[in-house]
Amino acid sequence: MRGLRSLMRSSATKQTERAAEDFLALRGVSFEIRRGEIVGLIGRNGAGKSTLLKILSRITTPTSGRAEVHGRLGSLLEVGTGFHPELSGRDNIFLNGAILGMRRHEIARRFDEIVEFSGVSQFIDTPVKRYSSGMYLRLAFAVAAHLDSEILVVDEVLAVGDASFQKKCLAKMEDVGHNGRTVMFVSHNMMAVTRLCERTILLDEGRVVADGRSSEIVSDYLRSGVGSTAVREWLDVRSAPGNDIVRLRAVRVRTELGETSEAIDIRTPVRVEMEFDVLAEGHDLIPNFHFFNEEGVCVFIAGDHDPDWKRRARPKGRFTTTAWIPGNFLSEGTMVVSAAVSTMDPVVVHYFERDAVAFQVIDSLDGDSARGDYAGPFPGVVRPLLKWTTSYEPIESERLAMSINS
Amino acid sequence: MTEAVVGELAPGGSLPTIVIEPAPRWPSINFGEMWANRELLLFLVWRDIKVQYAQTALGAAWAVLQPLLTMLIFTVIFGRLAKIPSDGVPYSVFTLAALIPWMYFSNAFSAASASLVTSANLITKVYFPRLIIPVVSVLSGLVNFAVSCVVLAAMMAWYHVTPSVAAIWMIPALLLLTILTATGVGCWLAAIYIQYRDVRHIVPFIVQIWMYISPVVYPLSLVPERYRTLYALNPMAGIIQTFRVVLLRTGEIPWGTLGIGTIVGIALFLSGALYYRRTEHLFADVA
Repeated sequence: MRGLRSLMRSSATKQTERAAEDFLALRGVSFEIRRGEIVGLIGRNGAGKSTLLKILSRITTPTSGRAEVHGRLGSLLEVGTGFHPELSGRDNIFLNGAILGMRRHEIARRFDEIVEFSGVSQFIDTPVKRYSSGMYLRLAFAVAAHLDSEILVVDEVLAVGDASFQKKCLAKMEDVGHNGRTVMFVSHNMMAVTRLCERTILLDEGRVVADGRSSEIVSDYLRSGVGSTAVREWLDVRSAPGNDIVRLRAVRVRTELGETSEAIDIRTPVRVEMEFDVLAEGHDLIPNFHFFNEEGVCVFIAGDHDPDWKRRARPKGRFTTTAWIPGNFLSEGTMVVSAAVSTMDPVVVHYFERDAVAFQVIDSLDGDSARGDYAGPFPGVVRPLLKWTTSYEPIESERLAMSINS
Repeated sequence: MTEAVVGELAPGGSLPTIVIEPAPRWPSINFGEMWANRELLLFLVWRDIKVQYAQTALGAAWAVLQPLLTMLIFTVIFGRLAKIPSDGVPYSVFTLAALIPWMYFSNAFSAASASLVTSANLITKVYFPRLIIPVVSVLSGLVNFAVSCVVLAAMMAWYHVTPSVAAIWMIPALLLLTILTATGVGCWLAAIYIQYRDVRHIVPFIVQIWMYISPVVYPLSLVPERYRTLYALNPMAGIIQTFRVVLLRTGEIPWGTLGIGTIVGIALFLSGALYYRRTEHLFADVA
């Protein structure tokens, strides 16, 4: 196994430091996709999905290995590649089509269809710099969706526009599949993957770790979290994290209803509990959790504020402390939880169990989470659903007229 | 062994097959692939031209004003003050006839050198033969070249200068050689620029120095005989002098200078294109 290597480096250093931080983005990746198959490609950020697509699209060159592509391959790594703000919608359709590898006559033949799909026909001769971002994306997707190549490589481009346009895009992608074309589809939207793709390949650290039926691979993936699970238990107290004062026995993630679960609906509360044995009495112990997202950012730290046990020496025995995280607060994605017990004044950390458990926060895109009807990329380390208020007073028509005249 | 097969056909299928492998050490220029993508090339040229005129208030007027204003400055400084000889024609026409190929050349290769960096969004998102990018920059300058030729024709009519018959075939040949040279230099610079952004600061100096080692503000006859061979290594020397000679009939075509320049021009083109092809697998990663 030789390995498919690609140069990848952080954006901050990429201009000057070459070859300094080479690593293998993909290694020993081997698979075959038959004509007409629609294959999902999933994995965490940095798993090598994009590198694989870029190699198959010939954007980057592998340092070793070999791939064969039979048929014309169209890659949609981004919608609107090559769109020029000064040019009209009409000009951009032709230009973008040509960049994506369509022939002039093909674009001309499908022009009306593209315009209709985009829903911007009124503004087709307006420079796209005057478009709203939604119109721009719809037009860009419309061109991409009418690409006629035998093979389509799609990277997350479905994450554009509002929910209704997304549905239209998904339907379009299903059509593409039914026409006997081969599609490779990268997405973080597990719902879209299971819906569009029969088969899914799971990548992790540049390797294929699973390849099979989408529904199975996706649920395995969701369940696996980041190599840990929603439940961790230490059956043998002597080897459990801790010291002579306190030892950790279990950490669990539970839904609002009390079931342990790796998948949490973004709208519902989550309970994270820590079970520990106090082996020596008389210490003021503060259980605390540290929450990290999949980029390793510490989202927040929560220390026990239960008034019953605050600043109070604990007796010997088994304690179960539960932190209640409200619904509509965490962001979508993986949450990795570290568990600790500390004492203040002087500060002693009795144990700090890194990455004890992990769970997935899933936004079902029903329109009642904080993202509302917007289905595109939604950054932010937390995603609170805030209280919003509006004050309004009607203006009488004469006063309105006066203020306009003056 | 890492391998992937996508879209494999049932036996008997006749779809084109692309094999993706590590970049070869010595790639070819691959003119066939360029030709297969000629539509995209023309679309991008068309985009450049359209955008160029869409963004400016004066639009096409700049294609007229740029050479005219430069001509005016050069006429005052080099013609009137420095009293540089002009082979028997008014200095203004003399320098304008040189400025037209020179400005096309310098604008073409400086645009080409920046082209890869400004197309970063394309090269990181979609595949097409990368050589298209600098070639587009070189070709989209042709509209300005054509417009400025009209200006020159008007100037020549004003001063009653008639071109020689040889201009009919020499001008297209000279233009072709200019395009090849500009593409070659543009490819060299673009491929280096995307790896080392310092090139941005160097290009203006190259343009300046190159103009002074070309017969733009002075006639070729001013260059001492013993330096002529060295001087001819600059392809633009022969091109500009010949351009002027066939249009203004200011002497004989400098075949020796032009011959050496042609060889160097073609060498620049081939070496530039090959260096570009050899480094292009890095572009998407460093863009």
